[in-house]
Amino acid sequence: MARGMVKKTFLTPLGKDNPVFVQILGICSTLAVTNKLANTMVMVLGVMFTTALSSWTISLFRKQIPSRIRMMVETLVIATYVIIVDIILKAYNPEIWKQLGPYVGLIITNCIVMGRVEAFALQNKPTLSLIDGLASGMGYGYVLLIIAFVRELLGSGTIWGYQVLGSWWTKWAIMVMPPGGFFMLAILIWVVHEGVMKEGKNG
Amino acid sequence: MGNFLFPVAVFFAAIFTDNILLTNYLGMCSFLAVSKELETSAGLGIAVTFVLAVTTPLNWAVYYLVLVPFQLEYLRFIVFIIIIAAFVQLIEMVIERYSENLYFSLGIFLPLITVNCAILGASLFMVIREYSFITSFFFGLGSGIGWFIAIMAMAGIRNKLRGAKIPIGLEGAGIALIIAGFMAMAFMGFSGMIQIT
Repeated sequence: MARGMVKKTFLTPLGKDNPVFVQILGICSTLAVTNKLANTMVMVLGVMFTTALSSWTISLFRKQIPSRIRMMVETLVIATYVIIVDIILKAYNPEIWKQLGPYVGLIITNCIVMGRVEAFALQNKPTLSLIDGLASGMGYGYVLLIIAFVRELLGSGTIWGYQVLGSWWTKWAIMVMPPGGFFMLAILIWVVHEGVMKEGKNG
Repeated sequence: MGNFLFPVAVFFAAIFTDNILLTNYLGMCSFLAVSKELETSAGLGIAVTFVLAVTTPLNWAVYYLVLVPFQLEYLRFIVFIIIIAAFVQLIEMVIERYSENLYFSLGIFLPLITVNCAILGASLFMVIREYSFITSFFFGLGSGIGWFIAIMAMAGIRNKLRGAKIPIGLEGAGIALIIAGFMAMAFMGFSGMIQIT
């Protein structure tokens, strides 16, 4: 395996093929938890774990899985890893597990996981698929962490639960409520698309 | 509030104050992809409502009659998703067999539904909030109708926007998310109406 290939596989989802900005995939289940940075971090780790390992597993068995039932097999593999995430989280951090509620389980229907398995893992070697899954999870994760950072900072005046903005700060309640998530993502997409467009013109 | 009225309250809460799309961000993917046309939105909305109204109580039955007695609660993700997929497949076959018209207008949306987070989400909420069988039926139905209203409103607004000048970077998903944000704000106006926790 060439090193260049590994590097390319790793960097594409972080930059020009970012799942959230470019493909607008998989925002369903995770946007809901972006009102707190700590919750988002846990969720992002869960998604990374699931994407990486399900890509790896499917890629390992890609020659054995009949193509007619591959969706079902993929779903089962993904669901298995999500169950592992759920059980681990419940055992080690029941408080966050409770706050996340159904959203951990909803990683199963997160389009990114299934999307990477379908688009990449079915054609590529296990190691490469693992890297691709991990990178896709990261590319997705940092976008959500940016959103969570801004929402928590403006909405509650805190970062990771610690007070950073003093009492002079008027909390933007809207930021921690549902509309804030929609607006933040829209603004981020706007900024990125404008940037991409300028780059396209220059190059 | 009496026990008798609780399902009704849950029903209205699921439509307005606790809209599955606008307050819980569920079903966003197909919402953003499909809401360009009014007709397709209506088709998908109806299909989602129907599947939600059936699978939520169905999953309730399986969860409380099979998984809980055998202490297999942790398997619920897998079981729920299989039930949803199987049910959608079954409906597709039935519709295909009996009504060609309905198949062409509704059938094409059914495969999309299996991966719609709203369906699985409603079942998981139902477990966490410990609804009864009747309540979970009303919750599923209400969630579906809420999703339907949201996607129809969205499609209507996007229709009106067709001639509007939008900053290039905002075209497509960007503007759709901003509209969704405003709709979520509008739905927050309902929040004093019913309190369900």
